[in-house]
Order: sequence, then structure tokens, then C-alpha cells
Amino acid sequence: MTDPSLPAAPLGKSALLGRWLAIGATVSLTALAFAYVGGWLSPQRLSPMRLVDALQQNSGLYPGYRRNHAKGVCVAGYFEGNGAASRYSTAGVFAAVRTPVVGRLAIPGGNPYAPDGSVPIRSMALRFALANGQQWRTGMNSMPVFVVATPQSFYEQTVASRPDPATGKPDPAKVGAFFASHPETAPFLAWVKTAKPSASFATERYDGLNAFVFVDAAGHRQPVRWRMLPEAQDTTAATNPGDADFLAADLQKRLAAAPLRWHLQVILAAPGDPTNDATKAWPVDRTTLDAGTLVLQSTEPQDSGACRDINYDPLVLPAGIVASDDPLLPARSAAYADSYLRRTSEEAGLPGTHAAASATAKPQEATQ
Amino acid sequence: MNTTPEYFVWPARLLHWLMAVLVLAMLFIGAGMVSTVDAKHDWLLAIHKPLGIGILLLVIVRIIVRLRHRPPALPADLPAPMKLAARASHWLLYALLLAMPLIGWAMLSAGGYPVMLGSSVRLPAILPFNPLLFAWLREAHRYLAYLLFLTFLAHLGAALYHGLIRRDSVLPSMLRGEPRSAPNAAIVPEEHAE
Repeated sequence: MTDPSLPAAPLGKSALLGRWLAIGATVSLTALAFAYVGGWLSPQRLSPMRLVDALQQNSGLYPGYRRNHAKGVCVAGYFEGNGAASRYSTAGVFAAVRTPVVGRLAIPGGNPYAPDGSVPIRSMALRFALANGQQWRTGMNSMPVFVVATPQSFYEQTVASRPDPATGKPDPAKVGAFFASHPETAPFLAWVKTAKPSASFATERYDGLNAFVFVDAAGHRQPVRWRMLPEAQDTTAATNPGDADFLAADLQKRLAAAPLRWHLQVILAAPGDPTNDATKAWPVDRTTLDAGTLVLQSTEPQDSGACRDINYDPLVLPAGIVASDDPLLPARSAAYADSYLRRTSEEAGLPGTHAAASATAKPQEATQ
Repeated sequence: MNTTPEYFVWPARLLHWLMAVLVLAMLFIGAGMVSTVDAKHDWLLAIHKPLGIGILLLVIVRIIVRLRHRPPALPADLPAPMKLAARASHWLLYALLLAMPLIGWAMLSAGGYPVMLGSSVRLPAILPFNPLLFAWLREAHRYLAYLLFLTFLAHLGAALYHGLIRRDSVLPSMLRGEPRSAPNAAIVPEEHAE
């Protein structure tokens, strides 16, 4: 270092040029590194934005709505633990206490006006507000396994099933090619072959599909999956395909008569059970706990209900539950965050967004 | 003790270099975590939140240190527009360093998320649940992060310009304390002035 109190010897022209270049290079390389990390130099990287763009392109843009499972209703009630899972997890929700729940029952797809009979899958999302201020959010589906194991495959499936503008339906050749090149989809395909759209949200079993890890007071880790098993057993297939919105009507009718109940089943993995592959079911003989009862008491339309502005991010977890190594979990978390930002930005009317339709100016279908 | 010091006091220098590392890491972590769907998203986010609160605490200490200890004067022969740019960019940096963690915290609060700094440490919400506010704050967090990064680049470029081209007193004033030629002087002046 030169002593600043002494005047520095003047620099020659080439030395000066070299120093300017060094400064320029340092600043440029730092900027370049930032651009690389932020993904601006690698458009092929699967970013949350790219994943949500793909979903949005398939269904069209419905400002203010979720980019997947766009059609649904809000529900509310509570979860009553029974202590059975407290041996494996310190989460307060599993003790014998009541935890308030705000949930959402929905169908897959990005169209909030899709007919209920158009897909054989229903979903249940729940937010448990624990007494200590922590939360547990989970999104489950009425299927025994997920269709793909990785975010990249999910993206490829989404692109392959994009509706053909000419027919409005996915190109069977592209869909067929996707499934042929993804043998991990076989268990899902075997199930979906016989799956029928149910006539009710109430009679469905909702599987968490992704594995998580319960952590007990001693720090012992137990990989688990969970599901909600319905008490309502009068399972019927949808019989009235002419009515697009029979699920909400059925739910209202049932809740007017009595609360609806599900049992939270926690399946304990045995050593070696895959935690990173939601396409693989665990053997049926695994120890299964009945960890408590979910009681849903009321329903509201999603446009104005309490669930509307909740992001059911599966990685919002209380102490005592942590994520597994399932690659779908961070992808769901990242993509849900992007979807949430899009729809809240539309609600807020942020510059560059399409304003969300107000509750009074909904398209015709919504008011049926 | 009214003479302007030639060097930053050691707490200021320590905070400067520590925060330089943390803030630069924070900017890269933030840009990286929102650009990926793989496991990095999860663990980068898990670092981002407690690190942001750490930076918030450090910047509060730093502003106190800055207000209590007069910084070295800019070189007398520095052109007026450069002096203005230097002063404005420093206060912009302080403002952004203070605002970014607060906006992040406020944004999670408005989005209805529990503000978790780990698996069990939770901060209280500093705003009521309001998704419209969430959207504004989330976008502010993004664009102010870009502004912070650009301001950092300007700061880096300016520091190198002072150190390599002008070779004036600016860079040494943050690199080291009192000159080695006067070891005893380091013990006496401004640190002990308080």
C-alpha cells in the first residue's frame, strides 16, 4: 500500500489503461455472476416462473386465481389431536388439543370454471394454526401415488398435455410419448384407468403423497406420509355431468346437516422405504397411526372466503415436522410462492398485471 | 478531538467488511433461491431469513457507530459532483440495508406466513394479514434488491477507482487504522475520545 500522505507517482498510459480494465472486469464479473445465479443467463433452468408459466399457458389466464387447482371452495373447522403421533413428533398439533383449521377443497387444473366431472381427482389443502403461533400447511390429493417423481418430469408432462389450439384438447400422440418415456408414471396410470370423478368432496381419501420427517423430543427422525381418511362412506361416482358445480352444492348440503370428519392417518416408513419418490406407494403393512380427527364445519365460496389468500405451501411446517428429500417439495413451495405473488399482484392491481375480476363482475359460469 | 480523522474507527471497519460479505452473500442467496425449483430453494430460503435479521441488527449498530464517530473527510481535491455521489450513495446504502430486512419481514407478515428463523424460532408479525400489501412489498423487495446490487457495484467500482486510479486516502481509510509508522497514535486518538 502506498502511504496516502505521500503524492503517488503518476501512472503511465498503459498502466492506467490496465487499471481501468481491472476495475471494469471486477465490476462486470460480479454483475455476471449475479446474473448467472439469478437464472438470467440460463433460460433453460427450470425456474418457478417457468413452471407456473407452463401451467398458465395450458389453462389460460384467470387473474386472481391459483394457477393450479384453481376451482375450489373454502372450508373451516378444527383438528383434534389424540396424542398418538406425539411419540414421533413434537408438533403441538398432535397433542390432545383442538387446532383451528382453514382449508380448501378443489379440483386440479388452472380453469376456475372447469366442470367438476372433468377430472377424477379432488384435493384438500389445510392450514393448521398452532397455539404457539407456528403453522402447518399441507396440500393433499385423492390419489394413491403422484404421477411423476421430479419437477422436471412434471414440467414435461405439463408441456406434453398442452391443449392443441385446433381441437382444444391435448395431442394424444404427445401425451402418449410422455408417458411412454416416463415408466415411473405406471402406478398412477394403473390407478387413473379405473378412477371416476366422485360426486362429493366428503367421501374422498386425501393423500399427502410426499414424504416428510417427524422429529421427536430426542431429535429422532421418523420418515412419514400422511392422509385424511373420510368417515363419510357413501361413495358414489358423479352422476350428473350436466351440472358443472355439483361438488360445492353437495358440500353445502352435507355441512348444513352435520360437520364432516376425516381421520389423520400417519404412515411410518420402514428403513429403505423411498422418501424421495412420490410415484412409489409404501407397502400396505406399514404401521399406521390414527393421529386425530379433522372436523370441517363450514364452507364459503373461494372468491370471498378465508382460504382465498392463503398459499398452501407444503413447506410451511411447525417444529417437529421437517421436509424429506422428496424433490417435489421444494418445487411445490417455489411454484406456489410464484402463483401466490401473481394472484395477489392481480388482486392489488400492480402495474403490469391483469386486474383480478371483482366479486361482482364474474364471468357467467361462476354465478350458476 | 474536533479534527476530522483520517481513518474509520475499528468498529466501523469491522462492521463494513463483515457486512460486505454478508450482504453480498444475501443478494446472491436471494437471487438464487427464487430462480430454482430444486432443493437449493429450500435451504437458501432457510439461510436467507435469519441472515436478513442478522443484517438488520448489524446495520442498526452500524448506523449508531456512524453517527457517533465522524468519518474521514473526502479528499479535498475530489470534484463536487463526485463528493455528492459519494455521500448520496452511502446514505442510499444505509437506507437499503435497513429497509430490505424490514420489507422482507413485513412482506411475510402481510402474506400471513409465520416468520420462522429456523425450525422453532418465530418472530411476531409486524403487519396485519393483507394480501394486497403482500404483493406490493414482495415486488418492492425484488426491485430494491436490484437497486441495492447496482449501488453495491457502483460502490465497488468507486472504491477501486479511488484505490487504483486516484490513489487517494479513501480506500486506505477503510482498509486499515492509524499508519504503522505511528503505532502509539493508534492507542490514543478518537477511540478513546468517547
